Amino acid sequence: MAVSRETLDELALTDAEYEAIVERLGREPNHLELGLFGSLWSEHCGYKHSKPLLRLLPSDSPRLLVTPGSENAGVVDIGDGLAIVMKIESHNHPSAIEPYEGAATGVGGIVRDIFAMGARPIALMNSLRFGSVDEPRNRYLFGGVVAGIAGYGNCIGIPNVGGEVYFSDLYAGNPLVNAMCVGILSTENLLSATTGGAGNLLMLVGSDTGRDGIHGASGLASRTFEDERELRPTVQVGNPFMEKSLIEACMEIAKAGHIIGLQDLGAAGLTSASVEAASNGESGLEIDVALVPRRETGMTPYEVMLSESQERMLVVVKPGHEDAVKAVFDKWDLQSTVIGTSTDDGLARILDDGEPQGAPPVRTLTDAPQYRLQGVKAEWLTALQSRDLSEMPLPDETPADILLRLLASPNIASKEWVYRQYDHQVQTNTVAAPGADAAVLRVKGTGKGIALSTDGNGRLCYLDPYIGGMIAVSEACRNVSCTGATPIALTDCLNFGNPEKPETYYQLEQCILGMAEACRALDVPVISGNVSLYNETQGVGIYPTPIIGCLGLLDDVRANIGMGFQQTGDIIALLGASDIHTAPSTLAGSEYLEVMHGMVAGRPALDIKAEAALQRACRRLATTGVIRSAHDCSEGGLAVALAESCIEGRLGMDCGAESALGVKLEEGGARWHSALFGEAQSRIVVSFPPNRLNSFAAICAEEGVPFCELGAVVPDSFKIAGAIELSLSEIDTKWRRGLENRL
Amino acid sequence: MKFGVVVFPGTWSDVDCFDVLNDVFDKPVEYVWHKDTDLSPYDCIILPGGFSYGDYLRPGAIARFSPAMQAVTKFAAQGKLVIGICNGFQILCEAGLLPGVLLPNNHLQFRCQWTTLRVENAHTSFSSAASVGQMLRVPISHGEGNYFAEPAVIQQIEEQGRVVFRYSDDSGEITPDANPNGSLNNIAGIINERGNVFGMMPHPERCCDPLLGSEDGNAIFQSMIDALNAAGISAVSR
Repeated sequence: MAVSRETLDELALTDAEYEAIVERLGREPNHLELGLFGSLWSEHCGYKHSKPLLRLLPSDSPRLLVTPGSENAGVVDIGDGLAIVMKIESHNHPSAIEPYEGAATGVGGIVRDIFAMGARPIALMNSLRFGSVDEPRNRYLFGGVVAGIAGYGNCIGIPNVGGEVYFSDLYAGNPLVNAMCVGILSTENLLSATTGGAGNLLMLVGSDTGRDGIHGASGLASRTFEDERELRPTVQVGNPFMEKSLIEACMEIAKAGHIIGLQDLGAAGLTSASVEAASNGESGLEIDVALVPRRETGMTPYEVMLSESQERMLVVVKPGHEDAVKAVFDKWDLQSTVIGTSTDDGLARILDDGEPQGAPPVRTLTDAPQYRLQGVKAEWLTALQSRDLSEMPLPDETPADILLRLLASPNIASKEWVYRQYDHQVQTNTVAAPGADAAVLRVKGTGKGIALSTDGNGRLCYLDPYIGGMIAVSEACRNVSCTGATPIALTDCLNFGNPEKPETYYQLEQCILGMAEACRALDVPVISGNVSLYNETQGVGIYPTPIIGCLGLLDDVRANIGMGFQQTGDIIALLGASDIHTAPSTLAGSEYLEVMHGMVAGRPALDIKAEAALQRACRRLATTGVIRSAHDCSEGGLAVALAESCIEGRLGMDCGAESALGVKLEEGGARWHSALFGEAQSRIVVSFPPNRLNSFAAICAEEGVPFCELGAVVPDSFKIAGAIELSLSEIDTKWRRGLENRL
Repeated sequence: MKFGVVVFPGTWSDVDCFDVLNDVFDKPVEYVWHKDTDLSPYDCIILPGGFSYGDYLRPGAIARFSPAMQAVTKFAAQGKLVIGICNGFQILCEAGLLPGVLLPNNHLQFRCQWTTLRVENAHTSFSSAASVGQMLRVPISHGEGNYFAEPAVIQQIEEQGRVVFRYSDDSGEITPDANPNGSLNNIAGIINERGNVFGMMPHPERCCDPLLGSEDGNAIFQSMIDALNAAGISAVSR
């Protein structure tokens, strides 16, 4: 073998992969060519371990405008000649090393994926995971990531409309930073990441190219590291001002009809951008790296091709239109340079001032090997799942004390400290802001709206990857359904440990299978996504964490409903359950179990048919104006969901002894902790005026969804007979200050 | 009657301001590129929010040197209406068209949240559609909105009634808790001596439809339209 082990390690290529490259090329690759293979065959770009599994996810829908996976992001038709583009992507490893720039450039990257499709970015969301907020290092990462998202996102004028933040020890060395971007376009302006065949011009636009981020894709995102601090130089620095100008300039040229393709320079920089576009366009390419504007002297062709300098786009221009395109970029004071052409020989020909540097076939570069491994269920998992929680002792604390503690838990407490640092209103479409079950945006020029949610409970996936995968999809869709919107598309970011370990591969495979089952049952396709593997530190993996972004459509945005109770006297009911007390223990994987008992155990459960019926019923009840509020019952269980609906609506609640919740508690019900704080799935807290009870019951019956009455909305107190009696201001203060008090 | 909305690279409230005038008020409005210097078609200039030229040095510090701002300075000298919102307010202060400066928020964080503004002066071209003491619900979105000026300047603008809006609580009390950024005297918006140049940190263009949580921002746009009408500038729609 003509290369050293160190070289292959740096590129994260195995000996067998190197042999495969030699065999397919029919010769040894040179240094530059090997670099191209290392990047494109990396887990990050080549999806070596995940592609065979991702094919299991349903991706069919009559609304789809492009084939999932073929473009920078998925595209769904929403009528009126408009389409929504969306994608979620991770920037976990860079954020672990340099939280501000790691998170900032994560935002920059996902935004470029969206406007590369010709879409105007209209919303950002983020799902974040950190270790315990009580550790200084985790607080540093948390604060840095939030500041980075704010610093970049606020500058580019895209509202950050929601997301989620969770803290758990397993994320301590490996935080998760998943950023989602949503864009809108007129369907006739849809662009593609393609060279469009031979003979077109490749124009590089935006920042100068430097040595930053080399090996980001192959190294940072595709391996595990013991000391990530050594890798700080591989993290790039963002320039949001440049990005904002790029957005505007690209919007202008997308409409003008001068260009054939548009492609973001993300992981593996110019290499992946040009080779993927050539692959999509079934062409070859020729690039002269001497034409690439640099910010440093002495860069080699290898460095130019693999640089991950931010804020760059590759524009495929029709011959003869380059001056018109350049004029637009000039207007925005952006540098634009033709650096090559698409060719008909199928090779990725790299030149340096005319001198050939390498020419591997495009098809070989994009044909990364794929591995289907054998997963093994870990023994510890079987032990955790078989833990009998029905015999959990009742705690000494009163239900009221526990509720207050849970409300103040960083995983449940208000995330206002985070989202008030994000501009969530620019572009004036934000109808339901961060903090809601799902964000709601109006679609200007139509009466429609879209709802957006991101969800992913890693703890439940850890306890049962299959059920956890189903729950992640279900909860994202449920949150959207709570606004009255119909889920029409999903994007997913799969954050897992090292897939080469059978226990981790088992988690990945089972989770995707569970997600697929839920997608089929809820009739919603996965239109785009990203996989982040090797999330571990010192050999310990994170919770398997699929983050699901859900897009919902509202025919009438003014009909959307929120989570807060609306009016004194309204009936409060639980949709999805007829009895709270007789159900089997629902403490598995609950926040209660972790906060009160320091325990993560049990086996979560989900009836996906019941879930689908529940969401259908909720949407019908919302869009027909029967219910005035709906709120998903999730972390912290029923008591927390009720408290959140009170806080949001600035109203109280009275669940009397005669209500479904109060009756057993009044008798000192033995399993009250499960009733109040258990996290059974498929339940939604709703409220409606008493005179609509008959219509409510009729729709529930038609949809086959059980319900029970819990109580009534009252002005100012929070009462559950026999269990809890608190003032609204007590629960409000605990919840509102819970996170901030720990920082 | 025609409004001009100045667009710098990095501006992002341009479309929001344009949409309010176009969609809500049905008034003629055009974008003005930062390199343009001919403002003769316009009766009122809006400097919108954003991060002009990236604002990497200091908000508005580069924008004040732009060709468009040279023209805006002359435009203001003719007594025509100029409103700066958020970054626009910062630019007006940097350009010396309004006194004082917008410092980093006292807590050093960016803040996007709803605020309550108490109307202090309703006899201006930017607030006449409201009444003194009225409370307006208008959001802020900035990292550097902490209004500061020398004591003598503060005394002067207070004595002349040039504080148009102050951050207040829901009952209209001017309290430290209601102050989102540390501004002196809870100042949210001020006007020049001549009464034709106005700057405010909150975003009225974000609250002109109840669907978005408030329509109190309409009062500011309506005031400007009323002022132009009163000046005999034709209110014919396009």
